[in-house]
Amino acid sequence: MMTSTLLVASIIKILVIVGFLFNVAGLLTWVDRRQSAMIQDRVGPNRAVIKIGKFELRVFGLLHTAADGVKFFFKEDFMPPKADKLLFSLAPILVMVPVLALAAVIPMADTLCLKQIHMTAMVNGAEQSWWPAAERVGTCTTDSVEGAVSPLNVGILYVFAMAGQGIVGAGIAGWSSDNKFSLMGALRAASQMVSYEVAIGLSLVGAMMTYGTVRLDDMVRWQGENAWGIFVQPLAFFLFFVSAVAESKRIPFDLPEAESELVSGYFTEYSGMKFGMFYFAEYMEIVTSSMLVVVVFLGGWQLPFLHRDGLTIAISDVVLVETVKMSHLLVTIIGVVTFFGKTLAICFIQAFVRWSLPRFRYDQLMRLGWRVLLPAALANIFITGLVLLAIQDAGPSVQGALKTAADVTQGIVAILLASLALRGVVFAFSSRKIEHVLVGSAAAMSNARGGTKDAPMGA
Amino acid sequence: MFATYGPMFLMMLVAITLASLFFIGASTLGKKKPTPEKMMPFECGSDSSGGRHLKLSVKFYLTAILFVVFDIEAVFIYPWAIHFKTLGWVGFFSMTGFLVTIVVGLLYCWKKGALEWEK
Repeated sequence: MMTSTLLVASIIKILVIVGFLFNVAGLLTWVDRRQSAMIQDRVGPNRAVIKIGKFELRVFGLLHTAADGVKFFFKEDFMPPKADKLLFSLAPILVMVPVLALAAVIPMADTLCLKQIHMTAMVNGAEQSWWPAAERVGTCTTDSVEGAVSPLNVGILYVFAMAGQGIVGAGIAGWSSDNKFSLMGALRAASQMVSYEVAIGLSLVGAMMTYGTVRLDDMVRWQGENAWGIFVQPLAFFLFFVSAVAESKRIPFDLPEAESELVSGYFTEYSGMKFGMFYFAEYMEIVTSSMLVVVVFLGGWQLPFLHRDGLTIAISDVVLVETVKMSHLLVTIIGVVTFFGKTLAICFIQAFVRWSLPRFRYDQLMRLGWRVLLPAALANIFITGLVLLAIQDAGPSVQGALKTAADVTQGIVAILLASLALRGVVFAFSSRKIEHVLVGSAAAMSNARGGTKDAPMGA
Repeated sequence: MFATYGPMFLMMLVAITLASLFFIGASTLGKKKPTPEKMMPFECGSDSSGGRHLKLSVKFYLTAILFVVFDIEAVFIYPWAIHFKTLGWVGFFSMTGFLVTIVVGLLYCWKKGALEWEK
């Protein structure tokens, strides 16, 4: 391929993925606050405002994110006098760089064949141009743009390598801070991340055995042709998701920074944007781990029944809808949108976990990692192996039945997605009245006084 | 080769540049007014007591060693996992032997109480 094409494509892809990471990480800080307000029945962030004359722009508290960023930069940057100057400065960079670098191998869409995007030809003496559909199977080898920034053939290993670097940053931050609480936080962070890394590493082995590859884009292709990973490897999905939440050090796994015990954990002594870098890296880690969940278990850029050449709804040999040809560019764009949409959904669930569960105790955390997740991951490898070989040895009738089952799972996903979309549309167009209902002691008190306007007595 | 690793290093370069920009901004933009109180190790307002460095619990070393053992085991499993379908039952049973050894080791650690934080 031409080097200039490669350069332009790479720069566009880097801009897309880095832009997505930064914006969604910023958005997640807002989601965290807004969601907590929703769950705890508070108003939530609403103070940041842009005033132009009488006009006030609040956008549901979204401006808090921007205000935070500016505030972080102009805060005093403080370094403890006895801190190790080099390591103290290096730590926030070491935390932030791997999270960004990790995103390099994540495939955002199927391979785009440049030759097949747009075609022109002379037909009957007149020049015609059209946007053709791609072939159903196979991709082009020349003049192609990969879905990931870098189509590394050891994708998953690179991901593990980069994700593991986070420990180094956290450890160095705590050690160099010259503060007991920082050191304790760093120790906790290191041993927690190290423990869950084992579970993460082994939980994906089952998926690798099924897909037969460590390339992330090939994993997604396998899921498109068969069934999504969550149906094939449900246990692995659960193990990976739990470990990924633990790796990002958030509630219920936020013991390294447990504010009621350790002030703020390994970044206690950091202030201003240097603290902001730890904070921001944590949110970006949520986004990247969500991306990984999507790629390995939720079909990446794939939508049910949408293939490279267009829409074909078929369960086994029964074709319900004949192929509706779609242009190659359109399918690719739908893929990118799908991938980012799925990622956002998983990010939202991760934020939801934070406000639903209380923090573990440290011994419970270690027990979960070593005595539940690790044996479960080993068992998953063993069971996956048995089942895969049994399927290989079984006759074509069993394999055919499994193919039908895989198509049925695609159908289930399609129905789920469609009903979700329908629900969203109904929600958007329905008129809502917010009802305030008092519960618990407040309700008892107001009832004793004859009720309130919103919740009259006896309601 | 270049199409694979070139963009990867470009991405790393972008990552390092962005992190450095954040860092430089943080170090230069804010004003600095250190006071003796500010210089003390931050412990929620109470005076710091005892030495600055802790004696670490031996549990942390144990966890580190367990990590090395089990993570390297995972690295051994990866190549086998990718070629699993071509290796067939022979591959499955040879890896079962390896996994059983690992599980025995895990059970030994479990019995010895290495996996328990509090006893």
